[in-house]
Amino acid sequence: MPTSLTRTVNLNGERRRVTVPDDAEQLLYVLRNQLGQRGPKFGCGVSQCGACTVLLDGQIRRSCVTPLRTVPEGASVETLDGLGSGKRPHPLQQAFIDEQAGQCAYCVNGMIMGAVGWLRQLKASGRTTAPSESEIAAFLSGEAPGSTQNYICRCGTHLRVIRAIHRAAEELLS
Amino acid sequence: MTLELSRRRFVAGAGTLAVAFHLAPLDAVAATVAADGLRIDESADDGSLAWLLLEEDRVTIHSGKVELGTGVQTALTQIVLDELHLRHGRVGYVQGDTRVTPDQGTTAGSKTIQNGGPELRQAAATAFQALLGLAAAYFQVDRSQLQADDGVISVVGTSLRVGYARLLDHAELVLVADPAAPVATPGEYQVVGRSVPRADLPGKVTAEFGYLQDVRVPGMVHGRVIRPSGRNATFASITPESMARARAIPGFLSVVQRGNFVGVVATSEWAAIQAAAPATGIEVVWTDGQPLVAQASLPEALRDPAQHYRTTQEVSVGDVDAALVTADTTVQAGYFTPFQMHAAMGPTCAVADVRRTPDRKTGVQATVWACSQAVFALRETLANLLGLPEPAVHVIYEESAGCYGHNGADDVAADAALLSQTVGKPVRLQWSRQHEHGWEPLGAAMAHDLRGGITDGAVVAWEHVVCTPTHGSRPNGSPGTVLAGLLTGSLPANLPTAAGNSGGRNAPVNYVFPNDRLIAHLVRSFETAGPTSNVPAAPLRYRFPRTTALRSLGGFSNTFANESFLDELAAAGGADPLELRIASHEDPRAIAVLEALGDAWANRPAGGDGTGAGVAFARYETEYSYVATYVEVTVDQSTGAIRVGRVLVAHDSGLVINPDGIRHQIEGCVIQGISRTLKEEVHYDDRGVTSVVWQSSPFNPGPQYEVLRFSDVPAIEVTLIDRPDQPAWGAGEPAIEPIPAAIGNAVFAATGVRIRTLPMTPARVLSALQEVQPRR
Repeated sequence: MPTSLTRTVNLNGERRRVTVPDDAEQLLYVLRNQLGQRGPKFGCGVSQCGACTVLLDGQIRRSCVTPLRTVPEGASVETLDGLGSGKRPHPLQQAFIDEQAGQCAYCVNGMIMGAVGWLRQLKASGRTTAPSESEIAAFLSGEAPGSTQNYICRCGTHLRVIRAIHRAAEELLS
Repeated sequence: MTLELSRRRFVAGAGTLAVAFHLAPLDAVAATVAADGLRIDESADDGSLAWLLLEEDRVTIHSGKVELGTGVQTALTQIVLDELHLRHGRVGYVQGDTRVTPDQGTTAGSKTIQNGGPELRQAAATAFQALLGLAAAYFQVDRSQLQADDGVISVVGTSLRVGYARLLDHAELVLVADPAAPVATPGEYQVVGRSVPRADLPGKVTAEFGYLQDVRVPGMVHGRVIRPSGRNATFASITPESMARARAIPGFLSVVQRGNFVGVVATSEWAAIQAAAPATGIEVVWTDGQPLVAQASLPEALRDPAQHYRTTQEVSVGDVDAALVTADTTVQAGYFTPFQMHAAMGPTCAVADVRRTPDRKTGVQATVWACSQAVFALRETLANLLGLPEPAVHVIYEESAGCYGHNGADDVAADAALLSQTVGKPVRLQWSRQHEHGWEPLGAAMAHDLRGGITDGAVVAWEHVVCTPTHGSRPNGSPGTVLAGLLTGSLPANLPTAAGNSGGRNAPVNYVFPNDRLIAHLVRSFETAGPTSNVPAAPLRYRFPRTTALRSLGGFSNTFANESFLDELAAAGGADPLELRIASHEDPRAIAVLEALGDAWANRPAGGDGTGAGVAFARYETEYSYVATYVEVTVDQSTGAIRVGRVLVAHDSGLVINPDGIRHQIEGCVIQGISRTLKEEVHYDDRGVTSVVWQSSPFNPGPQYEVLRFSDVPAIEVTLIDRPDQPAWGAGEPAIEPIPAAIGNAVFAATGVRIRTLPMTPARVLSALQEVQPRR
């Protein structure tokens, strides 16, 4: 029998309490169906595409394979919805607009949230220069140091996504 | 001629100017309207007319053509702004709603800008003439004394000015697009031809935009389907213990079973997922049906006359047989491309609200939110599936992940509608990734046999024999044209009677060859009523996976075969591949895109050492946009891995509405084209598709549906040949067609090895390399 669970999380800076009848429910469904988030998207459910990416306690996480019971009480969850707005976009969101880095754009949640987490890690490690375009491509392909997760784009917007992340990185890391 | 019509219901209150237009020739629209006594049916359900609405503070297009993520909304807006002499402003876009937009057919085939653009332009020009008329009356001057700029009309030589909003304040006009209304000349374009940013992107990158997957309606519950064990399997039973297990899931509501259609409904998405999974919920016992033709035997099976229900000769010029006998050099070769899939990033989704009784006011009994490319065809199909009259079904388009053709969008809408009808509640259903990959209708595998002759550097004989299953299985009103209908006992649509512009797209070449023949063998996708019949014998008697329209249809595979084989002839006859292409064309626009590659070609890598360059050409549907593509590759001779290093595309799609929009579509075509050339192949066994996720894993062992990664994407350079005095043609598909041949030709230049089968995987390339140079 499933075990019910109540968790309090800090969602984009706001305390939110959720109860699920089955503690195995993945964070993605909790975010989308109970907490009204549109950023994280269902893409594959098996951690292969990146569309569901969020930051959990600052770490890049695929929310489709993150059972709520593994989310620590009081954990911080950051989603695309909380990153910025149309009026005040985050530098990565602005860079995606500037580079026109989206066709259907269903996947861009993954690239933006993944890049937010990755660039923060780089900054925390003392890096002060933007990663090169090939480093960014390696990160998005799961081939960069410390990153094994691939991000999929199906429309073929790859080059613009790479340029957008590079553009934002120059601002965020300098 | 401007006809004034009675107002439509949605044109509410004064301060409105509405122009009706249609994709059909404008004369026909005027005739329809006139015959109808200057009255337009207010339901819009007979669906002939699109609308351009000007209100005091906004402009809105009511369009049957929908935004699929390709940017057409932005480009259509640019056309409207220019004709209205507006420089700024967003134009509202009401799309794909069977109650408020017209039936403009399917949004497909790179035809939205090409066909919808000129009609919309004419509608906007009609509106502008009406505004001039209003201003002339307002100032009591002749309209020749007026000029307009950015929403303000002034009297030349005076300080008299009036804004559109003020003019509309006095107006209440409904017009039919006037084919004689003067349109802006290319020199007057202010907005057309500029890289206007996409209107939808800010909302999408900030999560303020809602996709279909975000639609929520009051009282909504969640569904999940349980698919048969195979394409032709039938329902036997649900194990009683699994039924009890599912009932114990908190939030579980019910199991729906109609024939071979099985689904579950629960109050939460998670509960529905658990209830539909055999490990935690329902376990269905299926009876296997007829096995599919083995994937490994496809190249032979597609060519096997026993699999053909019809053979058609679709091009016949001169005497190919005689020319092959007298040619200096002859070549023959066979090509093959596998089943491939659309593989949308977001599994397809729908929300359906099917009531027990129709709404008293509107008569609507079923409301379905879907990402269909053809909401009207879907409405008819759903009505027949649900046993409702067509006007009782209301389909509303919502944008989903990019589809690249006819994917599961219509199927999932039918799934959700059946579930909703059964449980009497609104049901949201998003397919799992495994259902998307496993059950979406696929792009067809194809086989090609070519023969040709070359004499003195000129092609003197050309024959292409193509074997193809259907590329057209869109909903057509018959319930069997959606998966839920097939599973509940309806027949699929009849198979096509010719390859034509579907499986045969771009099978005919644009080159002028003196002796040229195209023969098409149409492959029997499922058992038919007789050896030469195209009529299905039963709902679930598929021989091959179900197939339909995938980006460029047969054009991808046909162009791979044609443009690779032309290189084979060039090599055999000692001709330069680029020069042979130029010399074989009479059309100056075709020659121009090829010549645009001249510098790159002249400076190409020498080849033979693992690095090489290739070119290929296509003219979309043989009559629209021209594309010539140059590709450089490096082949790792120890692993067989191909790396595409550089791609140049020269592209002429006539008038360029939005340069960056077209570049973006071309980049998308190139990247998806490389992915389909190097990586993509649907794997299936006797029962059905086994490549159901993106990567192999312990849960899904065996080859999966791999697509190109970020680190594999090359630099792409695009040369747009803008022809402002020519019609604007579509750009969503043309540039994908030359990609596989350009890569194959480059691999040949790099290694001397010709790859005639897709995908060009390392294993396949390595084995071809070893055949030529056996290892000691």
